[in-house]
Amino acid sequence: MLPKPRYLPAGESALVVEFGDTIDPKIHDQVLALDAALQQAKWGGVTETVPTYRSLMIHFDPRRLTTEALADALAGLDYASALPRTRRQLWRIPACYDPPHGEDIAEVAALLGLPHERVTGLHLGARYRVYMYGFAPGFTFLGGLPNELTIPRRAVPRPPAPPGSLLIAGGQALIASCAMPTGWYGIGRTPVKMFDPRREQGFLAGIGDELCLERIDSAAFDAMSAAAEAGEFCARHEYLDET
Amino acid sequence: MGGCLRVLRAGPGATIQDGGRHGYLRYGVTPAGPMDWVAFRTANSALGNDRAAAIEVSVGGLEVICEGTPLAVAFAGGAFLWRRDGVLLPQAARLLLEPGKTLAARAGDSGAFAYLAVEGGFETPVTMGSRATHTRSAMGGIEGRMLRAGDVLPAGPTERLDGASFEAMIDAPWLAREPDPFRVVLGPQDNYFTVETLSAFFEGQFTLTPVVDRMAYRFDGPDIAHARGYDIVSDGVALGAIQIAGDKKPLILMADRQPTGGYPKLGHVVRADIGRLAQMRPGETCGFRAVSVAEARAALLAREDEIAATLQCLRPLRRALTSERLFEANLIDGVVDPLDSEQTGGEFYEGKI
Repeated sequence: MLPKPRYLPAGESALVVEFGDTIDPKIHDQVLALDAALQQAKWGGVTETVPTYRSLMIHFDPRRLTTEALADALAGLDYASALPRTRRQLWRIPACYDPPHGEDIAEVAALLGLPHERVTGLHLGARYRVYMYGFAPGFTFLGGLPNELTIPRRAVPRPPAPPGSLLIAGGQALIASCAMPTGWYGIGRTPVKMFDPRREQGFLAGIGDELCLERIDSAAFDAMSAAAEAGEFCARHEYLDET
Repeated sequence: MGGCLRVLRAGPGATIQDGGRHGYLRYGVTPAGPMDWVAFRTANSALGNDRAAAIEVSVGGLEVICEGTPLAVAFAGGAFLWRRDGVLLPQAARLLLEPGKTLAARAGDSGAFAYLAVEGGFETPVTMGSRATHTRSAMGGIEGRMLRAGDVLPAGPTERLDGASFEAMIDAPWLAREPDPFRVVLGPQDNYFTVETLSAFFEGQFTLTPVVDRMAYRFDGPDIAHARGYDIVSDGVALGAIQIAGDKKPLILMADRQPTGGYPKLGHVVRADIGRLAQMRPGETCGFRAVSVAEARAALLAREDEIAATLQCLRPLRRALTSERLFEANLIDGVVDPLDSEQTGGEFYEGKI
């Protein structure tokens, strides 16, 4: 039996349902199950839900719902077996580690005492889960980074890493959708646009989807960048078999 | 063709905002929307709009000219100085702007944001269901950026013809500045702070630093030390979140907040007070007071009821020229502008109706 979640107010217009305080697929599964159940239940007054690593934030209209009534209704909701709205997918994301991309590889290798090829090999070989989006549209936060690549955030942010940067820090990995100054380390780059408002499907991956990386060289990177600019996904994807 | 406003001059920070870009928080999309939703909704309500796209004017000011057909416009928020063709207007008013007439806003002695709404709303392009500008992700408004001279803002269709009875000042007492502490609902990470630290927060005086933008306001004041560290695994962020990072100072997250964040949130400034907080300027001080969720909700519903009655708070512009109003006007230091020769009592509010 899983422990009961905590209900924590975030003002009068939002409620946090917290399942834990760590990065753990079991905790995230509960977040996604509650999210799916609420999407299906369509409760009046619930305006938006935001899944994160370890909690679900429920935004609601206080004219139609109170925090208390929402928490009561949640306590009576059987969501343990709720299925996500959409089937989970596996995304194969092309990744380039060749110059001029991945400009922080040498720094990471030196800090961790690993050969360059070990850094890229570990990053490339991992199977990731999309835990949440945050910071900016399409900024994709991943779990599943091998422990050997755990590196603390920089004390001082580095100059903006370009869109598509594959960043690591604090035991997490992410795919940046736009340029920003960052305390993370850029060790590769993908031509894939995780978010493009001009595409019919603006965001590529669903939360809970899995993701792996496939190495490309810089010539392939340039060709795929042009295709992505023209609106192509440039990432293969398949449904995960879950019975 | 319909009417439009052409921007003649826009100070930094003038943007198009509507009720916000909702439904995409889960993808990292910031809702944006007005910094002071109360003033934004008041200006719109005076025109019978709901949350139509309006111009958010910052202390940088704005000047526009009406083109095409006459436009019903309304403005409210902060102690801004509004002028039509150079003639001073009330701080909040509803006008029928004729083609060729200019409307200008300048920052007064207080307040950070004013809203210029048009009947039917500005029909700038819609991105992901909203016209709200979020400059960081270059979405909404015009090309996702702040307004600048030359921008043309088409207005939605309108059938307004009764100009004579239309022009009015908006006498909205809920827009007045109040010195009261901002109300705060504790959580979700109030347990990251000791009881003593929380009392220090609620007893302390805080000064708004110059580090302010549409994303967050940084305050200085007594240290708010964490009892259990300040790195949390990222969770959701709501409007008004009081985030305490490693510097032990409150950072209050505003309209352009990111949807998720990784610092402990002591509490949230209640929705009813967040517009008033948005109107603060760097150097101004404030305090905070803890309230229950039920109190916060009641305050919000009461504020919304007030805004819904905006149409009952209109007073004809001509009749607004009473000795009482002039007396009030003279008490507002910021209205006196030595560079403007037309600022005499006789011309105050003298609109061309």
